[in-house]
Amino acid sequence: MKTRILLALLAVLAISACSEAPREEGQVLHRGLPSEPESLDPHKGRTTQAAEVQRDIGEGLLSYSATGELVAGAAHSWEVSEHGTTYTFHLRPEARWSNGDAVTAEHFVIALRRLVTPETAAFYAQFLEDLVNAEDIVAGRKSPETLGVEAVDDRTLRLFLDRPTPYMLSLLTHPSTFPIHPGSIEQHGEDFVRPGNLLSNGAYVLEEWVPGSNIVIRRNEHYWNNAATAVDRVSYHILVQATAELNRYRAGELHITSNVPTDAFQTVKEQYPDELRASPTLGVYYYGYNLTKPPFRNSPELRQALSMAIDRDMLAKKIVGRGEKPAYSWVPPGVANYEPAIMSFASLTQKERNNVARRLLAEAGYGPNNPLEVELRYNTSDFHRRIAVAIQAMWRDVLGVETTLVNEEAQVLLANVREREITQIYRSSWIGDYNDAHTFLSIMQSGASANTPGYANSEYDSLMQRAADQPELDRRRLYLEEAERVLLADHAVIPLYFYVSKHLVSPAVSGWGDNVLDYHYSQHLSLSASE
Amino acid sequence: MLRYTLLRLLGAIPTLLLVIVLAFLMVHAAPGGPFDAERALPADVEANIARAYHLDEPLPQQFLRYLSGLLQGDLGPSFRYRDYTVNELIGAAFPLSLKLGAMAMALALVLGVSAGTAAALRQNSTLDRVVMAFAMTGISIPVFVVAPILVLFLAVKLQWLPAGWSSTTSASRLVLPVVTLALPQIAYIARLTRASMIDVLSRDFIRTARAQGLGTMTVVRLHALKPAMLPVLSYMGPAIAAILTGSVVVEEIFGIPGLGQFFVRAAGNRDYTLVLGIVVFYATLIVLLNLVVDILYGVIDPRVRQR
Repeated sequence: MKTRILLALLAVLAISACSEAPREEGQVLHRGLPSEPESLDPHKGRTTQAAEVQRDIGEGLLSYSATGELVAGAAHSWEVSEHGTTYTFHLRPEARWSNGDAVTAEHFVIALRRLVTPETAAFYAQFLEDLVNAEDIVAGRKSPETLGVEAVDDRTLRLFLDRPTPYMLSLLTHPSTFPIHPGSIEQHGEDFVRPGNLLSNGAYVLEEWVPGSNIVIRRNEHYWNNAATAVDRVSYHILVQATAELNRYRAGELHITSNVPTDAFQTVKEQYPDELRASPTLGVYYYGYNLTKPPFRNSPELRQALSMAIDRDMLAKKIVGRGEKPAYSWVPPGVANYEPAIMSFASLTQKERNNVARRLLAEAGYGPNNPLEVELRYNTSDFHRRIAVAIQAMWRDVLGVETTLVNEEAQVLLANVREREITQIYRSSWIGDYNDAHTFLSIMQSGASANTPGYANSEYDSLMQRAADQPELDRRRLYLEEAERVLLADHAVIPLYFYVSKHLVSPAVSGWGDNVLDYHYSQHLSLSASE
Repeated sequence: MLRYTLLRLLGAIPTLLLVIVLAFLMVHAAPGGPFDAERALPADVEANIARAYHLDEPLPQQFLRYLSGLLQGDLGPSFRYRDYTVNELIGAAFPLSLKLGAMAMALALVLGVSAGTAAALRQNSTLDRVVMAFAMTGISIPVFVVAPILVLFLAVKLQWLPAGWSSTTSASRLVLPVVTLALPQIAYIARLTRASMIDVLSRDFIRTARAQGLGTMTVVRLHALKPAMLPVLSYMGPAIAAILTGSVVVEEIFGIPGLGQFFVRAAGNRDYTLVLGIVVFYATLIVLLNLVVDILYGVIDPRVRQR
């Protein structure tokens, strides 16, 4: 009897499971996403994953081509004033929201004001810090209406800046600068971002979002360039584990992966040589020093010794081993209008570097009788551990330094780095927000929030200030390069290697372009007929 | 019975309150905050965000705010999933976890009880040894080993079943997760049933039933199965709790947006409200489940009722 009831129950459950039929029509592209977007509200996203989906559904004044060139977006043309502090944008008359309404200059004004309004609590509130009054508004000292943005008429938008910001145009591709449809917020309040409510002005519109699983977007019929969009639907699958993502790809359930697991890289490379896309990107993996406490405070020789004793070429090739480039500068190569300054010892062989490192360590007062003992913190992961163990061995073999490895959960590490109490050396990374050296160099200005080592050098700060005030690109660039040289000579951080983006792209996908920003708009992609 | 039930329910309130206080203090004591990231926020921006989520208030005030929301059934906004409230996330994730758990449990009961009974009836036969060997294996091999092996063979190599869950794939997306989740339970239930059945089959009332000329199947069905199910039933409470809270690994491997997955992510993200919400939800659920099992016990075994 009992068994029969249970069997009946099982049957009911099985039937209920089968009732959910899949719905797939037209071209459906399946992409992996390594973490859940925190929000699809243009002002509430934070991670690059949120931005990736937002770039598909929204559009800023400018946009990027598949290969990473800046192209016109919602604006078809623009002018910059002589001193570089006033930008005038002309919007496309054919730009439309997903309900058919025209995209107007006023929508950009409303959106940018909302971005800086303190109550919005936007992570990227200071992204356009150079707009007139932006910083004061974020700090609550001025009202959002005073922001340096003006709708001259329906199709003309003007931005007023405090200082020339040569990378301004690339900032205007970022989702935090996207327009907002005011009617939609009035109608739905905070729920305006929900599927069905969200009006978007990009190539796609949000159709479904199952938190923890996937996000489905479908073609926006009203998008001005809809004729050029090939893929009808995109399903973003949130797959935190790179191995799980690889399995989905192998099972034919994904067209594009967001990553390739470290352990499987060699196998994947042999198995799918033509589907693996590895390309340099704007990111640096580094170790930071706590510069506010001994032994690293006021001891550039010691910091240089540790930095020089690391065999970066070996590290990049053998330990990281996925095509990453060893880092001899802070700003990655490939940044627009910039030539990274190179560390002074880059031209020496590793053997020569080791000799100099030993001499510097002795000068700093350490040696066999007074061995240096340091703690190296990293967030728990096999990959970070492998690198830490290698560096621990290099420091021991070359310098006789005793390194204690401390692995901590990510949030614990961040708290410790921030407090600068017990932390000595820590693992970190920085990914560029836009294609300009400023995104790397500005974080090392004294007092900057992302300045984790607590670096403070007035010469560096004044060079950065002079670069900020300089409207002429070539002269600005010289200041920035000089600033980087100062930073590298101080050995405030140990850059280890530059990131490489790694994707598996199915042969059915065409239109894929490698680019340093690692942006891949779905609207540029298409699927071959066999799919 | 009603009085007993009410008393048990009242007794659960202090337990739950204690759970809430402890959980609240623990999430706030954990180092690192919900908005810490390698990309640190500018001070003004951080202050605005703290204000928006009331993190700038003193802890007791935050606790009272949370408690008053809780009394109205509001678990607050999620810190990490900024477009969703905790109520919505639990509301969407729990039914899925429940479905997964119920299917796994049903499968485990049917297969476990059948296999256990069959083994008990042919004690020390080849069948018995095979069933028990399988049970031992099922209990010893952890889910995080079984799941990838199943995925590798059935999804990647043979491509019979999807490798993971998504809202756009077909119904077969639940087969692998359910089987993975059920395997250790099948094994455990089979062992329990076998031991209990052997014990019951040697009792006097069974011998009486056989003496009356009843066939083996009838004896098992009418007389032996019910008393033999008691240990299995008392195992059901913890088993359901284990399946619901322990489906984390399965949900993670197959990408199922269930409650377990959210729980683990929330803890890592320091999503205070989501962690607390799920703890409160689970605590309430487990208290209720234990209560239901105790009541069911009384229904099956009259001796418990009289005590």
